[in-house]
Amino acid sequence: MALGIISIFRRHGRQYVKDLRKAALPEGFRGRPVISGDISQAEEKIAEALCPTGAIESGPFRLDLGKCEFCMECSFALPGKIRFTADYRIASNSRQGLIVKAGEDRPVVVEQGSAGKEIRSFFHNALKLRQVSAGGDNSAEMELNACGNVNFDMGRYGIEFVASPRHADGLVISGPMSGNMAEALQICYDATPSPKIVILAGTAAISSGIFNDSAALDRKFIERIRPDLYVPGNPPHPLTFINGILDLTGRK
Amino acid sequence: MNGERDGMVVVNSNPFVVPLGDIPVLAYPLFMDKVNEMMVDEGCHCVTYHAVPMGADLRFFCCIASDHEHSLILLSHEQKASPSPVLDSLTPSIPSFHMFEREISEQYGVEFTGHPWMKPLRSHKRDEEQRMQDAGCGMHPYSFFSIEGEGVHEVGVGPIHAGIIEPGYFRFICKGEKVLHLEIQLGFQHRGIEKLFLEKLTSIQRAILAESIAGDTAVGHSIAHVQLMEVITGTMPSPALQAERVIALELERIAVHIGDSAALCTDIAYQFGQVVNEALRTVVINTTQLWCGNRFGKGIVRTGGCHYPLKDGFVKTLLSNLKDVEERYGQISQEIFTNPSVLSRFEGIGKLSARQAGMIGAVGMASRSSGVKRDIRWSHPFQAFNNYAYEPVTLHQGDVWARAMLRKIEVEKSIRIIRDLLERHGPDPAPGKPVYDHSIHTSSFALSMAEGWRGEIMQSAVTDEKGNIIHYKVKDPSFHNWMALALAVRNQEISDFPLCNKSYSLSYCGFDL
Repeated sequence: MALGIISIFRRHGRQYVKDLRKAALPEGFRGRPVISGDISQAEEKIAEALCPTGAIESGPFRLDLGKCEFCMECSFALPGKIRFTADYRIASNSRQGLIVKAGEDRPVVVEQGSAGKEIRSFFHNALKLRQVSAGGDNSAEMELNACGNVNFDMGRYGIEFVASPRHADGLVISGPMSGNMAEALQICYDATPSPKIVILAGTAAISSGIFNDSAALDRKFIERIRPDLYVPGNPPHPLTFINGILDLTGRK
Repeated sequence: MNGERDGMVVVNSNPFVVPLGDIPVLAYPLFMDKVNEMMVDEGCHCVTYHAVPMGADLRFFCCIASDHEHSLILLSHEQKASPSPVLDSLTPSIPSFHMFEREISEQYGVEFTGHPWMKPLRSHKRDEEQRMQDAGCGMHPYSFFSIEGEGVHEVGVGPIHAGIIEPGYFRFICKGEKVLHLEIQLGFQHRGIEKLFLEKLTSIQRAILAESIAGDTAVGHSIAHVQLMEVITGTMPSPALQAERVIALELERIAVHIGDSAALCTDIAYQFGQVVNEALRTVVINTTQLWCGNRFGKGIVRTGGCHYPLKDGFVKTLLSNLKDVEERYGQISQEIFTNPSVLSRFEGIGKLSARQAGMIGAVGMASRSSGVKRDIRWSHPFQAFNNYAYEPVTLHQGDVWARAMLRKIEVEKSIRIIRDLLERHGPDPAPGKPVYDHSIHTSSFALSMAEGWRGEIMQSAVTDEKGNIIHYKVKDPSFHNWMALALAVRNQEISDFPLCNKSYSLSYCGFDL
């Protein structure tokens, strides 16, 4: 038995991603899209019509990562014009920051303005988060769980998920916000002591994505509260989430 | 393929499509007799029983699967939609119908007389104003089942739980530490999926909806969806495409089973088993990501073709990663299942008997771990399983150990399936792009099933005379299996609930739709 354990440990080796800030994802990962500057008006219209969630607007061309389900159908229809790169750093603290325009190949960033000063001073070294799934499909939830696993281990930065909102510095919301969760979500937010932050994890949370216009949703919570971080993805990759928080809290 | 027998349609294929005109409408008493007669056979279970509004009528469709005869039997009856129909309940004679009748009642106001436990399934029926006024998160106006007596107390948990997990409400009635009864109330995740399938009109939108029914079963639900779309458009997937879909499905099964093996270790504080299995799950989902750019396989399954045909280079990586995972998962499983402190927490905990599993209509892992041989890959083969003799794993113990062991064996079997299919088909010689323009069979009823990692997934559609989809129905395996959990924790210590819950690993969003 002891020999078995030693052999398992040996093969297990070191699992953690050494540098979460510089880790690269393999080619083919569906990250930040780049749109060619010479996309024609007709092509823009094709992409706009194909897009299942209205994330694409034509004239001028805009792709909203907050609405994008990363299905890449636009890219399959217009190869060479729309390309999804493996750049997973697509979180931003402004909704506007998630808009990708044609002819621009710029990273998505978390603005380090004065608005975030309080967040940076309070939560730079430790950030405890309470997660609330409000209609999430369990893929975003699994990726958020993975943020703390043996591979990603965001605990190394003092970032952790906690059980009680009383112990939390903020909420991480996933899912399009079902009407049946509206009350619980509000109670959980109210129970979290200030100062607190709100992070929207995944396209469904940011814009309701494919669930847009469903009568079963209730997104009034998000009209009352200004989120501090938007993390796009279907679901958001752990590296997207962790780097978004590190940027938000001003970590190197 | 399709035949008629005594006013019922008998089908031997999955998926299938039948013109509405070919489905006999039975008088309700006759319908009841026939259903009662068939469901006496323990090898039969109801795949779906739901209502479809059609003009001034409500048309009811009931599909019963025979596990051993590999057939599907479709029955139908019809009622005037207004005033709301009042029907005798089938639940007193067939307990597994309690969910179907509750759903029909909630969706269309049908009253089932004699139903022992009519209560909301998903709807909380409270507008925001009311929610803000009322205290607590209970279901209004529903009052929970209660027991009175000395030393009896209640424990309410949810809808938000202590981890990163979907919401649901559990109310335990306990005597001391012992659970006498657990009532599970879901619906918090309800997103209106079935209606959205009618409102979102493009094939791409529907494909993404299917992936979002339960994101941990993106491939399973997508396969059920594309099968349905293909059967109502008369499209036949190529053998290579069918094999690719099954490879994606089995890869999903391997990833989740290993992830749940880790989680079971977490819940008994066996960290060694947890971290080793977590790392192995990462290898599997990263392999899926290498294939399609998404760790959950979203985007792989599309109607009529595929954006991500298997390529030589990837197949090599897939095979070598699977070999690595197989060896390491075998080693850690050996440790887990021979460790006395693990076994003392797995064995005899959360038992569900074969009889109970049969009564509640349990499917998939929940049935197979309780000795009920029920696996769509075997009984009603779909895609590449049509040419692959899959023999399901069945364990009779019905406890946490059986559900853990079932995962271990199924991972081994799934790896074998992938290897066999790759040997037979290899990379797709003529990969086709997805086909999104379809003309749909008019005035038809169609049904499709797939065996996801949790169990049987059912999706069904009805089309009108113009070929529009006018009704879409989804059934996740969790629909029946939550009841398995409620029964399994009876007479257990309440502290064993998390372990029992994880051992079933059911879907909240898949149930809530």
